[in-house]
Amino acid sequence: MADIPTHLKYASSHEWVSVEDDTATIGISDHAQEELTELVFIELPDLGRELTAGDPCAVVESVKTASDIYAPLSGEIIDTNDALDTEPGTVNDDPYGDGWFFKIRLTNPKELDDLLSPDDYAEQVNI
Amino acid sequence: MKETQLKRTPLFDTHNELDARMVEFGGWEMPVLYSGIAQEHHAVRQAAGLFDISHMGEFLFDGPDALKFLNQLLTNDLAKLEPGQGQYTLLCQDNGGVIDDLYAYRLSDTHYLLIVNASRLEIDWMWIKAQRNSRHKSLQLEMSNPSGGLAAMALQGPKAAEIIAGVFPTAAELRKNQIAELEFAGATAWVSRTGYTGEDGFELVVPNGRAAALWEQLMSLGQALGLLPAGLGARDTLRTEAGYSLYGHELTSDTTPIEAALGWAVALDKPCFNGREMLAAQKQDGVSRLCIAFKMTGKSAPPREQYKIFSTDGTGREIGEVTSGTQSPSLGCGIGLGYVESAHAKSGTGIEIEIRNRRFPAQVVKRPIFQKSS
Repeated sequence: MADIPTHLKYASSHEWVSVEDDTATIGISDHAQEELTELVFIELPDLGRELTAGDPCAVVESVKTASDIYAPLSGEIIDTNDALDTEPGTVNDDPYGDGWFFKIRLTNPKELDDLLSPDDYAEQVNI
Repeated sequence: MKETQLKRTPLFDTHNELDARMVEFGGWEMPVLYSGIAQEHHAVRQAAGLFDISHMGEFLFDGPDALKFLNQLLTNDLAKLEPGQGQYTLLCQDNGGVIDDLYAYRLSDTHYLLIVNASRLEIDWMWIKAQRNSRHKSLQLEMSNPSGGLAAMALQGPKAAEIIAGVFPTAAELRKNQIAELEFAGATAWVSRTGYTGEDGFELVVPNGRAAALWEQLMSLGQALGLLPAGLGARDTLRTEAGYSLYGHELTSDTTPIEAALGWAVALDKPCFNGREMLAAQKQDGVSRLCIAFKMTGKSAPPREQYKIFSTDGTGREIGEVTSGTQSPSLGCGIGLGYVESAHAKSGTGIEIEIRNRRFPAQVVKRPIFQKSS
């Protein structure tokens, strides 16, 4: 069973979101990393990039395939987890901790209401 | 759902017990991984891996004219084989386009076994039957397609010989490409020293009803030696590192064996076989594109099928396309196979691969892309 921490919010495209003031930290869920299998390369967005919710903004590559990661919220990229550049497997080992992807300064905090609660996300991935 | 139509091998329950992740492949529901692609890959390079390849097809040909018939269909020369030997060969259309690539074994003077790709099995069989009933009506042979009743597995890796000796004591004496008709639990088992990984290893064909028992026995013999069950994911990274073609990627009905750099499996000294005219002309006049192996030379995402290939000769022209690409677990960098204009096909040539609108440096390399230093 995939781990779904209760203090986070989720996008139906399997990203998690943790919000502090106007800043959101974003990564991919335990379920997502399990489905993707061991990651061998991660391409993160450039600092300063303006994202609209739903934009493809990062790419994760397993041995077998490349998959897009989508911005769950609109905002500007203010930090990226550059350690994933050399250790992409961190996402598999610790998806909610050291395996975070990027931080954005929110431009439309109302979008937080569109995200899934842990229960709703659990329902989605268990179907 | 389409899944209900997928075929299952006799090892389906075994895969489920091992908690394998299953995917669709060539109309079959097959394990793509058990413990993880990289882990299974390394097991095959360092110890051994066991693959279910029951989805592959087996055709049998028997009779005084079996050799003559097959030698007019296949590109390689079966007459060069002693009984008990096999060879890599191809089945081509008259225009040289590849119908399938396969292994052909001479079991005895008059008895032949072909092992073909799962995704091409029906097409191959229809085509071979059509050839038999049109151009080769008068030849004396019987042919059969017992694929549905036969299971197959591949035991691959440096420990494969030690493991197989526990079930088939004489198998370890086979030399590369040799095949033996042995016995397993009262049934016939074909065991050949062949594979698709670039490692030493064996491929075994047994009746469906013996498959689970053979799998269990090999797994328990190999456990202490590091044997892991291995899925299609590792099979693909291993064959790509070895530089082997895969039908539907490097080989299609629009490519010829000469373009695919498989001329070594085309016996142009045979007077007559399907595709000979075109292949002889291509061999003599050259071809406009060639299949290459390449390695990424800087840090980049792994190359993938259909990514464009560009020249580094100053023009920056598009010169080809990737047909297979992956992150190499052994080398830790991106590797692939693809087609480029022939002028860029020499090993050592610099090329660029376009990955999400950016170009990354790569180099044409000799096959195998990865080889263990012995």
